[in-house]
Amino acid sequence: MSTTHEQLPIASSGDVVLVRNAVRTAAERMGFRQIDVTKLVTAASEIARNTLVYGGGGTAQVNCLDGDSRSGVRVVFEDQGPGIPDLQLALREGYTTGRGMGLGLSGSKKLVDEFEIDSEVARGTRVTMTKWR
Amino acid sequence: MTGQRIPILRFGAHLLVSIQVDIDDQMAVQLQDDLSMAIVRAGARGVMIDISALDVVDSFIGRILGTIAATSRILDAETVVAGMQPSVAITLVELGLSFKGVRTALNVERGMDLLRAIEREGTTDVDDA
Amino acid sequence: MKNDGGNLLSEILRGEETDLLAEWLKHQMSAAGMAGRISEEDLREKSRTFLRGFTEATQHGNFTDIDAPEWEKVREVLAEVSKIGARQGLSPAQTATFVFSLKQPLFSRIAVKTTDAGTLAAQLWNLTTLVDQLGLRTTELHQKGREEVINRQQRDILELSTPVVKLWDGIVALPLIGALDSERTQVVMETLLEQIVANSALIAIIDITGVPTVDTLVAQHLLKAVAAARLMGAECIISGIRPQIAQTMVHLGVELHEVVTKASLADAFAVALKRTHRKVMSDRAVEAPRV
Repeated sequence: MSTTHEQLPIASSGDVVLVRNAVRTAAERMGFRQIDVTKLVTAASEIARNTLVYGGGGTAQVNCLDGDSRSGVRVVFEDQGPGIPDLQLALREGYTTGRGMGLGLSGSKKLVDEFEIDSEVARGTRVTMTKWR
Repeated sequence: MTGQRIPILRFGAHLLVSIQVDIDDQMAVQLQDDLSMAIVRAGARGVMIDISALDVVDSFIGRILGTIAATSRILDAETVVAGMQPSVAITLVELGLSFKGVRTALNVERGMDLLRAIEREGTTDVDDA
Repeated sequence: MKNDGGNLLSEILRGEETDLLAEWLKHQMSAAGMAGRISEEDLREKSRTFLRGFTEATQHGNFTDIDAPEWEKVREVLAEVSKIGARQGLSPAQTATFVFSLKQPLFSRIAVKTTDAGTLAAQLWNLTTLVDQLGLRTTELHQKGREEVINRQQRDILELSTPVVKLWDGIVALPLIGALDSERTQVVMETLLEQIVANSALIAIIDITGVPTVDTLVAQHLLKAVAAARLMGAECIISGIRPQIAQTMVHLGVELHEVVTKASLADAFAVALKRTHRKVMSDRAVEAPRV
């Protein structure tokens, strides 16, 4: 059971801010504690930036989840960029391509409850992150 | 959003930057450039960056703050980042971002005390303030 | 599953909304439910919204899957009603009377409009299944609401029972007492950080004399809090680490590299005074007039 919200474009650094705001609004609406709002928005900011800088731009979809036993927010990022060749490597803590992408992935993973990456070279990347209240 | 610049205020030998607005990557990079110029133009000895209004500091902004501190030091000015919110601090710790080389203070007032102490006692080891 | 019973139900709902609403409200008032907990106007408004949503949804002919999109409006009202019930301290059953009290008015109307016993049985069956599902959902939502209230209360209690004491200008102390679990430690640490800001503290002393054991998770939370405090511009001193805890920490590989530790809170306070006092003295030295 979920309420789907907007699908936001990520085409500029200003869009990253809009994504942050949308995620913040959703988390606050779902009644997240301040610390959890901050963690989720920070994680979303990291991935949104990755989508822009490494994915060549893409989209973010913010969903409010209201299930029987728990509530939360899920954000799905998609791009049709070059993809991530070695996911295991990229997710390893502290890994960086020199421009800090690694920190974004492994760090964000720690800030949320569920984190999935679907990536194929030359096809694109999808990151799904979920945080429960 | 883009094209907005963060204002830099001058108080004697100190520069004060108060980040009030949703700062995007471009603005952050612009701030870095603007600050370097301002330090040289004003012959500033200290830079205070007030982030008390920021409820999100991600790895990019965090790195920019570190770069600003390092660049300023080369230009003979000390930087203090003041007013980090508890949630932000906890999140940065979880993210694993190293803030080494960046002096911090609870608020602008404490930050000014720190800047004055540093200027008085000469450049002390950053991690020993 | 479309069937005749459904169509009749829709017919009644559309045609007799006003009467139905009035009768339903009367039943609600007499049952020990939401009535008396919210104003009559609010109850009427919620009931009307529910009835409208109910009417629209039944027109789709789906009487079994209340999670389908056509039932969303109805679910929303149930969620609101359950939240109120939970907050007001009603029992799940009491909250659910909101839905169940709709049965009788609908039953009686269906009975009047049907002459064939077989059809009547089928229609009543459909209606019962539907209303029961909605009623059940209400109790589930109520339960969820109660849990949230309890969680929030627990957290409030934890925060209130986290005594951060201002010892001196710029120095606060947090004497932890009792067993620490992961959840409590997290809340406590967040409170400590907030109090550091509130008191503009340069140094925070975390005293764990009164803590019997510390496991890896708790130690990690402690260290994270210390790191967070440093990021904010405050230093932490951990005092009162007993021999057993020290050994456990070494065992678990917990490293306290840069964290200052002291045997007692008093020792820690002395160190804190020296460190902050030194800054105060420096300021005074500059401001003191040359003699």
